[in-house]
Amino acid sequence: MSKQPLLQIENVETFYGKIQALRGITMDVHEGEIVTLIGANGAGKSTLMMTVCGNPRAASGRIVYDGTDITNMPTHEIMRMDIAQSPEGRRIFPRMTVYENLLMGAAVTDPQYLEEDFEKVFDLFPRLKDRRDQRGGTLSGGEQQMLAIGRALMARPKLLLLDEPSLGLAPLVVKQIFEVIKELNQREGLTVFLVEQNAYHALKLADRGHVIVNGVITMSGTGKELLAREEVRAAYLEGGAH
Amino acid sequence: MEYFVQQLINGVTLGSIYGLIAIGYTMVYGIIGMINFAHGDIFMVGAFISLIVITALGLTVSTGLGLTFVALILVLVCAMIIASAYGWTLERLAYRPLRGSFRLAPLITAIGVSIVLQNYIQIAQGARVKPLQPIITDGYTLMTKTTEAGEFVVQISNIQILIISVTVILMAVFSLIIAKTSLGRSQRACEQDQKMASLLGINVDKTISTTFVMGAALAAVAGLMFLLYYGVIDFFIGFVAGVKAFTAAVLGGIGSLPGAMLGGLVIGLIETFWSAYFSVEYKDVAAFAMLAIVLIFLPQGLLGKPEVEKV
Ligand SMILES: Nc1ncnc2c1ncn2[C@@H]1O[C@H](COP(=O)(O)OP(=O)(O)OP(=O)(O)O)[C@@H](O)[C@H]1O
Ligand SMILES: [Mg+2]
Repeated sequence: MSKQPLLQIENVETFYGKIQALRGITMDVHEGEIVTLIGANGAGKSTLMMTVCGNPRAASGRIVYDGTDITNMPTHEIMRMDIAQSPEGRRIFPRMTVYENLLMGAAVTDPQYLEEDFEKVFDLFPRLKDRRDQRGGTLSGGEQQMLAIGRALMARPKLLLLDEPSLGLAPLVVKQIFEVIKELNQREGLTVFLVEQNAYHALKLADRGHVIVNGVITMSGTGKELLAREEVRAAYLEGGAH
Repeated sequence: MEYFVQQLINGVTLGSIYGLIAIGYTMVYGIIGMINFAHGDIFMVGAFISLIVITALGLTVSTGLGLTFVALILVLVCAMIIASAYGWTLERLAYRPLRGSFRLAPLITAIGVSIVLQNYIQIAQGARVKPLQPIITDGYTLMTKTTEAGEFVVQISNIQILIISVTVILMAVFSLIIAKTSLGRSQRACEQDQKMASLLGINVDKTISTTFVMGAALAAVAGLMFLLYYGVIDFFIGFVAGVKAFTAAVLGGIGSLPGAMLGGLVIGLIETFWSAYFSVEYKDVAAFAMLAIVLIFLPQGLLGKPEVEKV
């Protein structure tokens, strides 16, 4: 990997008031990779993902995306650099229709691709097509998750940030969503940074993974390597099964 | 019957003006959850700008119809632009620095800004009422009724036609902007989840500024209409009209655009009918009593959004 990484996180520290959530995180994501970050509740996964997007802002350290230092850029400008996030809690606009939520995803992209992108998202998630005019707030949890991912894809991202896409979903839907991620990665070369509690699926899918504990990365390796590690199995895979 | 129809026309006219102002309250509340108490004073500033431009243009009742029309559009554009500048500056200087502080801070600031604007106009334009000779006169007689006391004529004046039609057009245009354009979608997105909106590349600060500008522009239109209708203004009209329009916004369901329009209409009608059938002195009491009654039974207001979404 001689090429410069697409996303480079160097020694990033983030605070909420006096509470330090990230204690010097260094990691990178190369173009075309799927990188996952696993860790317990409150370890700082979502914080890292949001820090990349500039909200909250890193107190120290550096975040470089595609050769540009984005550490201190306003969130909306960062998100216009072909980065999209499906955030923790999905954050669907409740009083907008499915269609409008997807349109919001494409708020800052060239409208010439709109039709094509709608088709792509509806292809990936046919359920959304059937519910095109239903209000976001009335969708089921799984449908909202699909919408959140679909909305992020509407931005035509080069880097897709996914925060716990499997949270609260039925195993079958989880499987489907992970298949979609894999397909986008293989077919379109989409770079994915995935935060997960569901360590088994995430590590199986990812090229590389990191384990975060209390704001510090404690283990790194390929997905396969981490899956084989005893510490990982003990802490993040219930009884080694999935 | 004839008397009733006449009051209906008067009430709708008044309600139109309240509705135009109420939209500004409701839009700003929707997007940042704050009552902009200075909004009524932006309306007052709009009325003064209109008066100044009309006087500068030398517009009178003897100006030809075509010329009057063109001149009034010019007045309208000037008032909208300048009032918008006031609205924008207000948000920038007084409210934006307080974003993220405790909820009451911007509210108190808004009251302060309102006092500042009133005093500024009082100093700049004088404390006395400013009259404007009627520019648009005449109207249409709709009905006549002969009684022992003489003739009662139901009339709709040209100025009433102007006010009602301008209001209907503007409200239609605004509803369309909010519902169908990307600007409107961004505004609704910011209203529902600012953090998510910024994650989608929306410049939240800019969207909020735009909302203030839109509200101020509508208030300026209301200011011009008020001036043409009543023919007198002073630095204090923003307070009274502002409180009424705010009531209208709450009555209709604060945050709801159709609610603001409906609320304005209801308040205008109550005020007019109360004055016509009961007593002028208690018209404000009637309007506020109506608000209290509605809020007891419908705390969300007439068209307020019921919170049924799952989170
Ligand atoms: N807005 C906030 N204000 C104060 N503390 C916060 C805030 N958000 C997160 N934290 C704290 O920062 C730490 C990291 O939180 P974060 O949300 O990043 O965890 P996470 O790894 O995503 O956990 P989970 O798996 O439960 O989503 C936690 O201790 C949390 O309490
Ligand atoms: Mg999290």
